[in-house]
Amino acid sequence: MHAIEIQGLSKDYRVGFFKKQSRLGLKGLTLAVEAGETFGFLGPNGAGKTTTLKLLMGLIFPTAGSAKILGKDWLDPDVKRKIGFLPEQPYFYDYLSAAELLDYYAQLSGVASAGRRQRILDLLARVGLGDVGKLHLRKFSKGMLQRVGIAQAIVHDPEVVFLDEPMSGLDPLGRHEVRELIQGLKDEGKTIFFSTHILSDAEALCDRVAVIHKGELRGVGVVNDLRSSVGDKTEVIWQGVQALSAVSGLLTESHVTGDTVRATVVSANLDSLLEKLRQQRAHLVSVTPLQGTLEEYFLSKTTEREAVRV
Amino acid sequence: MKSRLAAIALNTFREAVRDRVLYNLIIFALLLVASAPLFSQISIGIERLVLVNLGLSSISLFGVIIAIFIGIGLVSKEIEKKTLYTILSRPVRRWEFVFGKYVGLMVTLVVNAALMTLGFYVALLLTERKLTGDDGRLLVAVYFIILELLIVTAITLLFSSFSTPIFSAIFAFAIFVIGTFGEDLRNFAAMGHGLTKWATTGAAYLLPNFSSLNVISQVVHGQPISSSLILFNTVYALLYSGAATAAAVFIFEHRDLK
Repeated sequence: MHAIEIQGLSKDYRVGFFKKQSRLGLKGLTLAVEAGETFGFLGPNGAGKTTTLKLLMGLIFPTAGSAKILGKDWLDPDVKRKIGFLPEQPYFYDYLSAAELLDYYAQLSGVASAGRRQRILDLLARVGLGDVGKLHLRKFSKGMLQRVGIAQAIVHDPEVVFLDEPMSGLDPLGRHEVRELIQGLKDEGKTIFFSTHILSDAEALCDRVAVIHKGELRGVGVVNDLRSSVGDKTEVIWQGVQALSAVSGLLTESHVTGDTVRATVVSANLDSLLEKLRQQRAHLVSVTPLQGTLEEYFLSKTTEREAVRV
Repeated sequence: MKSRLAAIALNTFREAVRDRVLYNLIIFALLLVASAPLFSQISIGIERLVLVNLGLSSISLFGVIIAIFIGIGLVSKEIEKKTLYTILSRPVRRWEFVFGKYVGLMVTLVVNAALMTLGFYVALLLTERKLTGDDGRLLVAVYFIILELLIVTAITLLFSSFSTPIFSAIFAFAIFVIGTFGEDLRNFAAMGHGLTKWATTGAAYLLPNFSSLNVISQVVHGQPISSSLILFNTVYALLYSGAATAAAVFIFEHRDLK
């Protein structure tokens, strides 16, 4: 059973007052996330990431399509007991303390009163707010609020956690702390679905990622496979700088250090290069396939349609 | 369901208390109590009349102002600040949220009215030296004020479920003013002809009638309030506020939270 199963989910926004116009938010998204998987939902700003999360949380209604979470209809109250959600740049009731806020959310999620207080204290300690649990949220920094946000998303020990841009607007230290918290949830075996446009976070945390752009899914897969799909290059190192002039037409780039040449070549030219190096009696040192980065994959998926149009 | 409703209502009440909304009461009560001795000097013979009119009118006006100014933000503020996202992603149904907020504000208003009434009776005691049965009957007027607030809050909530806070405040206050002259509107409708008669009669019955809920002038003169009027007003307020809240829920149930 998939933890999350999205089938043809679409959303058109109606904008304008008198003359209503349709603006595409999401176009026929079909996606499945396995239980226990950490899934990154990547896309530039305005790509449809938040729209997808709002649809899954029942905050907006789809124009078409449906979804299942933990095998049930996504709007089923039973499902909502088992999911947690952190909105983008969350704002909480600033007249409450962190402990009061978590208690309120725990009640709404149906957490039994017995042991609730202890659970909240433990949770505050876990997110590093154990000593400020009684402080009103209006006095919290952005990083602290984000940690409260993660705490509220898991206060009822959900099976699936949805995080919308959990690292956005945080300084490097804050990002590191949030990353550690997400890693902790992953280690507990929770299914995590998080949207981000910070690719290094996705690369560090995700088992699989999907790329969305202009409301359309552009690609999905295991991070390493996606990187390989754009890593169509090989690094070749040899000794014998005299061979360089004979093979330079085959190379994409080259660097010379003394008698050693370090060059990259597209895979299609690799055999020809090796043959010519043998003919030139160059001494081959190493041949290493290069992996692309997630950024290269992301850029290839978010710019390819534009390139076709041009 | 009950615990979720209670949690939302309690949080709404807590917000009002922590936003120092109820501080007005202390100021009101202190002012009224402090000014009580003055009434006997500036209005010889009619001090009770002035005090009761002033006290009950203040309880009503303060209540309406609080109902409208908190009511307009009940739903829209939660959408604007996105706090609603973390509520509705839990097993909270939309109607539970709207109804919980309504109950929370009503609790705030009842506490507000109760404390103001207490201050008012202290002032009355200081002015008259003792309380009589006539003074007890003033509580009926306070009860009617609470019924009035039940309707005003529901109407404000209805506007708040689809309009901006400023427009909600304008609409709700306009309806409150029109409703205050509800009896006049009905008389005017009775005098009309043709389309005007239909339109004004429709408006008179659609808009709330606050005239029958205002019995301050009767109680101040010690006139008894019939139990049938109490029953009628109670049923009217419950039905009207129920219908307005149901409309607010219906709109909110179908709304995209952008």
